[in-house]
Amino acid sequence: MRKTLGGVGLVASMLMGAPAWAQTDIQFWHAMAGEMGQRVEKLANDFNATQKEFRIVPVYKGTYPEVMTGGIAAFRAKQPPHILQIFEVGTATMMAAKGAVYPVYELMKEHGVPFEPKSYLPAVSGYFSDVKGNMLSFPFNSSTPILYYNRDLFKKAGLDPNTPPKTFADVETYAKKLQAAGVPCGLTTEWPSFMQFENFSAYHNQPIATKANGLDGLDAELKLNGPAQVKHLQNLVDWQKTKIFDYGGRGDSSKTKFFSGECAMTVSSAAARLGIVTNMKADVGMALLPYYADVKGAPQNSIIGGASLWVMRGQKPADYKGVAQFFAYLSKPEVQAWWHQETGYLPITTAAYELSRQQGFYDKNPGTDVAVKEINLNPPTDNSKGLRLGNFVQIRAIVEEEVENALQGKKTPQQALDSAVSRGNELLRQFQKSNS
Amino acid sequence: MRGKRVTFPGIAVPALLLAPQLAITIIFFVWPAFQSLRGALFQQDAFGLGENFVGLDNFTKLFGDPAYAASFGLTLVFAFATTALCMALALLFAALADGVVKGAAIYKSLLTWPYAVAPAIAGVLWWFLFNPTIGLFARGLNALGIEWNHYLNGGQALTLVIIASAWKQVSYSFLFFLAGLQTIPKSLLEAASLDGADGFTRFRKIVLPLLMPTTFFLAVTNLVYAFCDTFGVIHATTAGGPGTATTTLIYKIYQDGFEALDLGSSAAQSVVLMAVVGSLTLIQFRYIERNIHY
Amino acid sequence: MAATRFRPAKVASHAVLIVGSTLMVLPVYMAFVASTHDLSRSLTGLPLWPGPQIIDNYRLLLGEGMRSFGLPPIGPMLLNSLIVALAITFGKIAISLLSAFAITYFQFPFRVLAFWVIFATLMLPVEVRILPTYEVVASFGLLDSYTGLSLPLIASATATFLFRQVFMTVPDELTEAARIDGAGPLRFLWWVLIPMSRTNIAALFVITFVYGWNQYLWPLLMTKDTAYYTVIMGIQRLARASDFQPQWHLVMATVILALLPPVIVVAVMQKQFVKGLFETEK
Repeated sequence: MRKTLGGVGLVASMLMGAPAWAQTDIQFWHAMAGEMGQRVEKLANDFNATQKEFRIVPVYKGTYPEVMTGGIAAFRAKQPPHILQIFEVGTATMMAAKGAVYPVYELMKEHGVPFEPKSYLPAVSGYFSDVKGNMLSFPFNSSTPILYYNRDLFKKAGLDPNTPPKTFADVETYAKKLQAAGVPCGLTTEWPSFMQFENFSAYHNQPIATKANGLDGLDAELKLNGPAQVKHLQNLVDWQKTKIFDYGGRGDSSKTKFFSGECAMTVSSAAARLGIVTNMKADVGMALLPYYADVKGAPQNSIIGGASLWVMRGQKPADYKGVAQFFAYLSKPEVQAWWHQETGYLPITTAAYELSRQQGFYDKNPGTDVAVKEINLNPPTDNSKGLRLGNFVQIRAIVEEEVENALQGKKTPQQALDSAVSRGNELLRQFQKSNS
Repeated sequence: MRGKRVTFPGIAVPALLLAPQLAITIIFFVWPAFQSLRGALFQQDAFGLGENFVGLDNFTKLFGDPAYAASFGLTLVFAFATTALCMALALLFAALADGVVKGAAIYKSLLTWPYAVAPAIAGVLWWFLFNPTIGLFARGLNALGIEWNHYLNGGQALTLVIIASAWKQVSYSFLFFLAGLQTIPKSLLEAASLDGADGFTRFRKIVLPLLMPTTFFLAVTNLVYAFCDTFGVIHATTAGGPGTATTTLIYKIYQDGFEALDLGSSAAQSVVLMAVVGSLTLIQFRYIERNIHY
Repeated sequence: MAATRFRPAKVASHAVLIVGSTLMVLPVYMAFVASTHDLSRSLTGLPLWPGPQIIDNYRLLLGEGMRSFGLPPIGPMLLNSLIVALAITFGKIAISLLSAFAITYFQFPFRVLAFWVIFATLMLPVEVRILPTYEVVASFGLLDSYTGLSLPLIASATATFLFRQVFMTVPDELTEAARIDGAGPLRFLWWVLIPMSRTNIAALFVITFVYGWNQYLWPLLMTKDTAYYTVIMGIQRLARASDFQPQWHLVMATVILALLPPVIVVAVMQKQFVKGLFETEK
């Protein structure tokens, strides 16, 4: 299927390449490099082929922070793009910039484009809506961390490749068996703060911050130094010594550890599947995140990360009709299902999930529904609805900095997380002050 | 600032000659820099929708922040280590290359061309060599029993950015040292050798003093390089981590301004860095002016 | 002659030089090796020798390959880099020659002020003033243009100083002779000073070309039209794929291709480079 669609996309892009008729260009700045970027371009081309009035022009503008800064610079220079892809930690900043963004629910209403917020997965739409439930940005590429494991290495160590570890106790036992069979390391993780602390907290029904992790107000305070998180960090520190767990850096720099077979398990984005399937020769399984069985309420449900599309003000009013149409197009079940199946990002609508199921996608590709199951594991609590904290780019960096301090033995886990919380709270207060 | 004793008359001609340079400088350097400086006195939201005058608050906050002091100290360590490593290697290579005949041209070419490598590319190359899992050097070190993981070990991360930054800059210093060595009269060395001075003594007593101006010039150039132009290297290798082990001043400006969008603080930090780099440059310029006899 | 000087240490000299040169070349050599194997070799540990994928990888890169990674073809990117680097180089040398000439050979009000304004650019690295500079360039409507990519990087104190120092060493007798012959200042610049500064111009050519070619942050912010992408941006885009494994074999092949032009410039002009810089800055 991928091939034929790709062919259509190519033809479409060739047709669209020349601006033969008077079309309005809609600038769409994104951070999707490589194969993902190619799929974004296909979405744009396919939309462009459905009508003649507008032309979506996807532009790669670097990494997420570079896209955000680039968009802001352009806004300040009064030449903003129409659509800006902003990573989830930038959400609070964008929401606070009321004169700069055009809330999606207003956009859709004002252009008479049918739009039903209820058709979106609640775990996704909740993240990008205000307190009243109005969707402010358009969920685009949402993902959630899941456990990937190298089935070949499992077999080598005499483990059942169809029984992935359920709890962290399992992870420890498995890792030891794997190491006995010559695998250097058991588990690694990407995005340490997001996956091992933010998601960890939600998944164990522990607060990341008060006020429903900040969704209910700017006066939230961090709670990442609770007993469950401290215990988890203590374990990571202990496991690091024998490489039951091996820290591979921030962002997704630990990827090579899993790709090369150095670590047999990793926690990574659901959207990493495409890269793994394409580039790894080993057979890889996907499973729910591990949890501690003795923490009450675990497993709860995981929360999402990724990015959403923000509409910038400051362009010609007539252009926004094209933006609204593009969003409507992106919401179509068949388009969403394609995007979800191709990239591994979550289907943002229930219909797209159902369609993928009917198409037999999950049966044909075991493990691809893990992410959807995981975010819907239980009805979300205040601890697991989502996360919205100001200055969160810095806060996340602080959490990782302190975790790294603990892993290096410079601080005890309790000290490290206490310090992360107090430093983070300072930034929260600062954000509160400048945005109230 | 001196000019020529014999000059051409007129005002319109020099004004026209200067116009393009001055126009570009004022429009694209001075004005934006002034905006940056002004930004240091304000608390501003990222989108420029509103701003509050806060006076010197951004600076007081900065100087009261232990993280900033740490970054400053780290930058000094990083800059001096990079400069020292780079110049020591450059001088060693230059002295040896100056002393050999066979293969000299090949050595010179091999040692020169890394000058052409972009910082952004240098970062990628060293990332690739020191990646704890797949890097050639990292695997070599592991085989030697040194566990290399710069994602976790701050000292190793700092070592990595120092090596990568110095590597990129060795060529430039090498060329200057080599040229400096070639201007030293060989008769001087011969005389010393007749007096019984051995190679090392000759180098220390005659060559080094004569190379002092070059050394000074290069030291300042390399320090300025380490302060400002290593952003690309750090960005591609360690991104400032682990912890803040490689968050130098220029990287912190980028993080706070670009990633965290704290424009006021970032602008204040820029002002501080400008002052540091500016005074270094000024010292260098004064020195050159004083030591060149027209 | 110097070769006979340190004879006892000769073998050691060669040994150190060989090890040193090897280490200096190694990072790029390994990039080359990576570009000749398939991706999985890069991910599981590279051998020390080039592999069989060399033709496939480079063919992919030079042909349709970059498209499938969401990039414009590499040819136009290299061409853009070349245009921008040359525009910066020639622009910088031209305006620096003129302004150095003005501040050295004329006495006029505000001469010293003009000098310090130019000097100020030394203190302002791009990262420090990038957002306001962007606003200025945008207000001139220069986003997505070669002018916007090069013009803001053309002003340079370094080049101006270098030429000033060169001019300061030119004997005053020449100026006097020229004035007696009735030669105007521009004729003097064109027929006397510029020919005398040939090696310095060559040295600056190397420095500025490398500088222009290697720009990253500025072109990234400036361009939204892929038609203006430079090759360094292309490399970063390939190497920083989010949620996706970078295609190291292609990244490294691009690195090699992107290195060729500046390396050739440095190699070809190595002699003038040294002379042109060293004759004044001591």
